[in-house]
Amino acid sequence: MAELDTSGGGGKKGGKVRSKKANTKVDLTAMVDLAFLLITFFMLTTSLSKPIAMDIAKPDQEDNDVKNELRASQTMTILLGKSNKVAWYMGEAKNATPTVESFAEVRKSILKNKDEVSKTTGRQIVIVVKPTEGATYKNFVDIMDELNIAKIKTAPAIDDVNILDNEKAFMKQAGIL
Amino acid sequence: MARAKVQRKSTSIDMTAMCDVSFLLLTFFILTATARQPDPLEVKIPSSTYKIKVPDLDMGILSIGQGKVFYEIVGKDVKMATLDKIGEQYKIQFTPEERERFGVLGSFGVPVSSLKKFIMMNGDERTKFAKANMGIPADSTNNELSEWLLQSRKAVAELHQTSMRISIKGDAEEEYPNVKKIVDILQKQKINKFSLITSAEGDAK
Repeated sequence: MAELDTSGGGGKKGGKVRSKKANTKVDLTAMVDLAFLLITFFMLTTSLSKPIAMDIAKPDQEDNDVKNELRASQTMTILLGKSNKVAWYMGEAKNATPTVESFAEVRKSILKNKDEVSKTTGRQIVIVVKPTEGATYKNFVDIMDELNIAKIKTAPAIDDVNILDNEKAFMKQAGIL
Repeated sequence: MARAKVQRKSTSIDMTAMCDVSFLLLTFFILTATARQPDPLEVKIPSSTYKIKVPDLDMGILSIGQGKVFYEIVGKDVKMATLDKIGEQYKIQFTPEERERFGVLGSFGVPVSSLKKFIMMNGDERTKFAKANMGIPADSTNNELSEWLLQSRKAVAELHQTSMRISIKGDAEEEYPNVKKIVDILQKQKINKFSLITSAEGDAK
């Protein structure tokens, strides 16, 4: 490190032979650098690596008596298919024409439907998520995340048991099951 | 005219205090950081924009990947209590040393029959063994996973008087039916609420 010699030069005049004093100062800069680097590392690894939890509530499987009837006008069903595709439709399955979309597009559809439902019926939209066999775990997490982003207030219904026949038929036709 | 002399000052600063402080902090962070044990089952967790941090007490973490399931119980006391209960259930006697070793074990995925062997292995052998193994059996004929869940929940309830939180750490590419199979086991025990562990993602625009 740059350390200027500040002792006023004139050593030669004395004439006497003096034992040279060794400098006791150690340059700590490198040590401090290293210490701070390690501090930063440990700080970041302790706080940033904490995983994040997404809370999921599923309907009770055993009491089948509790069945919520959903209004067709405020229900949006999202089917998760294979190769990262989803199919969604509004209302009832039998008289609906599902739209096949990718995950990037479905956010817009959710927001659009949310607005439409609240405008026409004045109610909150209810989303039913139906993951099928073709879907991956990531798809499921992604769709729950999309609902979170779209700020859907009502709890999404996750239904992986009752996938209707005409839903299956449609998904087969679209090649995503 | 005499030349004005610019006084030369030393540019070196005394670093001792700074060094002291930084090493103090360093020691603190090293000691507070918990050493993360390597996961025997490699899972690539999906990301989400959720912001709730996973609590690190009274937790059970199920790792699902490649069709296998591994289980991790958080907390040494809970682990040891669970092992006792499992031993009772399957008529296996565990020595105090085995209990101690199990208490510091991370996530595991072996059938109960080879659990004793697994506990006494060292790190390398364990990783190899875990890779070759099929995880915790979770079929309807031999549902050890359900037993582990039940016993660990009992242990948490007895030791800490709270209910255990179950988290699922699934591989992003895992097929949904495999996850559903595990979730169904949870739901059979009336666990209808659980958390999915995800990694942080930037805010969506």
